[in-house]
Amino acid sequence: MKILVAVKRVVDFNVKVRVKADGTGMDTANLKMSMNPFDEIAVEEAVKLKEAGTATEVVAVSMGPSACQETLRSAMAMGADRAILVQTDAELQPLAVAKLLAAIVKKEQPQLVILGKQAIDDDSNQTGQMLAGLLGWPQGTFASKVKIVDGGLEVTREIDGGLETVALKLPAVVTTDLRLNTPRYVTLPNIMKAKKKPMETLTPESLGVDTTPRLKTLRVQEPPKRKAGVKVADVHELVAKLRGEAKVI
Amino acid sequence: MTTLVIAEHDNRQIRSGTLNAVTAAQKIGGEIHVLVAGHECGEAAKAAAQIAGVAKVRVADAPHYKDMLPENLAPLVVSIAEEYSHVLAPATSFGKNVLPRIAALLDVAQVSDIVAVESADTFVRPIYAGNGLATVQSSDSIKIVTVRTTAFDAAAASGGTAAIETVAPAEDTGLSRLVGQELTKSERPELTSARIVVSGGRGVGSAENFKLIAQLADKLGAAVGASRAAVDAGYVPNDYQVGQTGKIVAPDLYIAIGISGAIQHLAGMKDSRVIVAINKDADAPIFQVADYGLVADLFQAVPELIAALDK
Ligand SMILES: Cc1cc2nc3c(=O)[nH]c(=O)nc-3n(C[C@H](O)[C@H](O)[C@H](O)COP(=O)(O)OP(=O)(O)OC[C@H]3O[C@@H](n4cnc5c(N)ncnc54)[C@H](O)[C@@H]3O)c2cc1C
Ligand SMILES: Nc1ncnc2c1ncn2[C@@H]1O[C@H](COP(=O)(O)O)[C@@H](O)[C@H]1O
Repeated sequence: MKILVAVKRVVDFNVKVRVKADGTGMDTANLKMSMNPFDEIAVEEAVKLKEAGTATEVVAVSMGPSACQETLRSAMAMGADRAILVQTDAELQPLAVAKLLAAIVKKEQPQLVILGKQAIDDDSNQTGQMLAGLLGWPQGTFASKVKIVDGGLEVTREIDGGLETVALKLPAVVTTDLRLNTPRYVTLPNIMKAKKKPMETLTPESLGVDTTPRLKTLRVQEPPKRKAGVKVADVHELVAKLRGEAKVI
Repeated sequence: MTTLVIAEHDNRQIRSGTLNAVTAAQKIGGEIHVLVAGHECGEAAKAAAQIAGVAKVRVADAPHYKDMLPENLAPLVVSIAEEYSHVLAPATSFGKNVLPRIAALLDVAQVSDIVAVESADTFVRPIYAGNGLATVQSSDSIKIVTVRTTAFDAAAASGGTAAIETVAPAEDTGLSRLVGQELTKSERPELTSARIVVSGGRGVGSAENFKLIAQLADKLGAAVGASRAAVDAGYVPNDYQVGQTGKIVAPDLYIAIGISGAIQHLAGMKDSRVIVAINKDADAPIFQVADYGLVADLFQAVPELIAALDK
């Protein structure tokens, strides 16, 4: 079974990103970039399935500027066999990413595509579901457990009320939640090995996909700031404030 | 201009997030229809018809809608979508799962997790863990939108008198099947709509110690939440997680105990009206958003707090 994994390059989760002074977007210049954390979980799951003998090949895919090569090298250092970069400097929205992935699926014919549930920059939580829709495949979103069972897939999902398990036909799309696994650290020898793994570069044009954005960002503003509060000396002062001043209890 | 709100329900009752989505639909303007797709879901349809502001309830009743899986729900919505200018659902695990699939089938974009409606085609949504509020305009013929429930009041669950109309079910795709659910049982108020939330973090230290958090919550009639670290460590189930990638809450009172205040946690609770933090580290970032901060060991402060509330 071949597995395709989608990895996005995003600002590292530890960095606090600020709104640009002119209100046109977020200021991401010169910030530390990393693989979207949910996508690390996706790569880890695919590599584990390969190590277990279930998967035969793991192909990592990223869409964006040439710097995404770095993200793809990390995916290969974690254990992906090869990589595909769909290179473009244009803005990509989830529908466009899903269409690009669908075009790659047509070429590569994987049985399983694993994505993160959410990119921590746009916070859309759309791409995997869109891809599944475009392909007419079932979707196991927000997965905390993935099991291959006689020709199908059993996915345990994190939902608002707890957990739910669905049985899906293959081929299928899975999106990862935080509890699916703990991604491995990449080691220096594996980083060296990853440098020799094959990376193919495609473009939206060569895949025949129109990536024109459908949503226009008119402006980006700072959220309202909370005003600084006070420190209370002890529990009794706290209760008095909550009762008398805040009137919330 | 007519908006279709996809109801989240259990075939009998309408889940509260649907009511917040109806309010967002009211802000958009025009007529509001609600889709109840389920199996033997007549009761849920009747409940939907009583929501204030709803003109029509459309019911699709078939065995393959029982568990509301997206593989069957999406084609159903697509079969009637041409009649609508907007399709809305709450940004819950249900809405997040199904709406993007509908959008892709219609070849339109989705606007996720809106917190305000500026006009029929322009919405405000948080990005980068809520560090930016983006105003986005959609150029698509049908707008597909998920609604942050805490940003819109719930529409009244009664008072409406909508007509109920049947929709022909779409074919069963047979792609997916529900195997089972492990739902967290609790007598406490629902986390995302509770008036008070008491949350614990890694500092609580164990599942056993979390009983202390639960005790305080019960004293206040509050819901219990947690940080990702507390969930990952197995102190509490996954559905307790508050944050960027968990649940968004905005209660009157949020009490964060043994939680440091990472960006990802703040994203889920910083719109609470009053925030209290109890943490032994005076420099913990949570104090930067807390209205009342108590620097203390939680194992001393929380029992004291429980006792003080009795007085
Ligand atoms: C992709 C991604 C998504 C994430 N999503 C979320 C999310 O949705 N929600 C979320 O919460 N996090 C999320 N996180 C994790 C987040 O970055 C933090 O790691 C997490 O919030 C930390 O949890 P914590 O505050 O409980 O633990 P810590 O940061 O370890 O803080 C524990 C605190 O407890 C205090 N403490 C310890 N003992 C005591 C005591 N006896 N009395 C009083 N205080 C004590 C300490 O001083 C400390 O401040 C996400 C991370 C990533 C990468
Ligand atoms: N530009 C991209 N390149 C590769 N994968 C992407 C890209 N954008 C989104 N994805 C995948 O889609 C997931 C969900 O992203 P989103 O729908 O934007 O929240 C991510 O976790 C990635 O797996």
